[in-house]
Amino acid sequence: MYVAVKGGERAIENAHRLLAHERRGDRAVPEVTLAQISEQLALGVDRVMTEGSLYDRELAALAIKQARGDMIEAIFLVRAFRATLPRFGATEPVNTGEMQVRRRISSTFKDVPGGQILGPTFDYTHRLLDPQLAEGFVPEQPATAEASQAATPRVTDILGRDGLIETSPPADSDAPVGDLTREPLSFPADRDLRLQNLARGDEGFLLALGYSTQRGYGRNHPFAGEIRFGEVEVEFFAEDVGFAVPLGSVELTECQMVNQFKGSTTEAPCFTRGYGLAFGQSERKTMSMALVDRALRARELGEEAGAPAQDEEFVMSHSDNVQSTGFVEHLKLPHYVDFQSELGLLRKLRQEFAEANQAVELQEAAE
Amino acid sequence: MNPTMSSTGPDSRQAQRKAAMTVLAHSAAADIAGRLAAIAIPKHENLREPENGLVMMRGRVGGDGAPFNLGEATVSRAAVRLASGEVGFGYTLGRDAQKAQMIALCDAMVQSAELSGEVEAKVIAPLRAAVNAERARKAAETAATRVDFYTMVRGEG
Repeated sequence: MYVAVKGGERAIENAHRLLAHERRGDRAVPEVTLAQISEQLALGVDRVMTEGSLYDRELAALAIKQARGDMIEAIFLVRAFRATLPRFGATEPVNTGEMQVRRRISSTFKDVPGGQILGPTFDYTHRLLDPQLAEGFVPEQPATAEASQAATPRVTDILGRDGLIETSPPADSDAPVGDLTREPLSFPADRDLRLQNLARGDEGFLLALGYSTQRGYGRNHPFAGEIRFGEVEVEFFAEDVGFAVPLGSVELTECQMVNQFKGSTTEAPCFTRGYGLAFGQSERKTMSMALVDRALRARELGEEAGAPAQDEEFVMSHSDNVQSTGFVEHLKLPHYVDFQSELGLLRKLRQEFAEANQAVELQEAAE
Repeated sequence: MNPTMSSTGPDSRQAQRKAAMTVLAHSAAADIAGRLAAIAIPKHENLREPENGLVMMRGRVGGDGAPFNLGEATVSRAAVRLASGEVGFGYTLGRDAQKAQMIALCDAMVQSAELSGEVEAKVIAPLRAAVNAERARKAAETAATRVDFYTMVRGEG
């Protein structure tokens, strides 16, 4: 139990002052700007936006700077900021099929309509540290080619035309969309809540869980049906305007996992799906999310559900790194009173143990 | 992006407003301000003071299914009324409330029979050209990374 303590104000103030000094580092080294963080550490900014659950590049960059690069601390700061602004409402659901694609790959179809587009990727790099990048490196201008006017339909839509893959659960206009920022989690949770939870969940946690399904803990035979990254338009139905107003565009990554089939006596077998969606270019995150989304559908699909990744209460209760870090790190706060009572109990137990032993020894000596 | 439309019925007026809002939301505040400086701004008052807030952004399960809450985004909004009566609304992603204010002003002008021609020609059209050029540049860069080593036919060579 944590009991509030008083005192130490001066020391706390000085500790924060020291933190600010250390955060700045060597003052002879130029200060890093938010634009530099946003432009040059872009994937870190994407992660903070995704797990902070707030799309705002500048705020995420500020959070990274303030947190000295500690991503979970930065995510915590962004989550806390959300509480300072009123919510105007919810956007129209984004249409990822109309994404201005910057990258789009499929590991299931080599000749996917619209083509395989690598975009800016670490794939096929040699993972060797590049000393040129240490300072003053000026990259070449990107190559250009004539842009195709062909549509880039989702791979799952192509499979869906032949009935080879299950359709997405249809929208029910009467059912409210679950929001775990408004209502506390309860189980069993519907897929909308699970996806919201996974979308803001810790990348490392989801990566480990996704990996565990590949290693046999809830295997579901995944293929990366499609991964796409690019800009998607956002619209918001504004009551005062009377129509859905355009808000601009956001960068999103989407992963469609295509998994082992199911069928029944009444339904022909077809592939099943797992889905991942995240802010920015967050490929590992969306792939992990899609694996775990599919694993969490075990019961719905009549699979044996015994692996950690298939246990929604376990997954959803431990995916949030702000919650996790809050509970783990609160152990640092003064627990003096609690500890004193434990200490008292331990002393008493040890005394009883010593007395009992002494009695035995006396008895043995007497015999 | 929608092409410029002639304003006849209420539907095409709405489409024209939406097309202008799209261009403005995609443009940088400084660029909008630069274009607005080139025209005479009509007398107007704030109906809603520019303010910041959040919207919950939604996706769909599988990309095309039931909606779910993905995460929030910062937005700004404003509303103005011209002295001639037209009411304009400005909404945009981000925390630049002045940008929302300028969008609202443009939206009001787009609805004014007297002003719509000038705001379209001197503000929206040049911004649209810049937005389209930027999209085309990105599309051309992206196109150069299209994989075509798969087009080899097996047994060839």
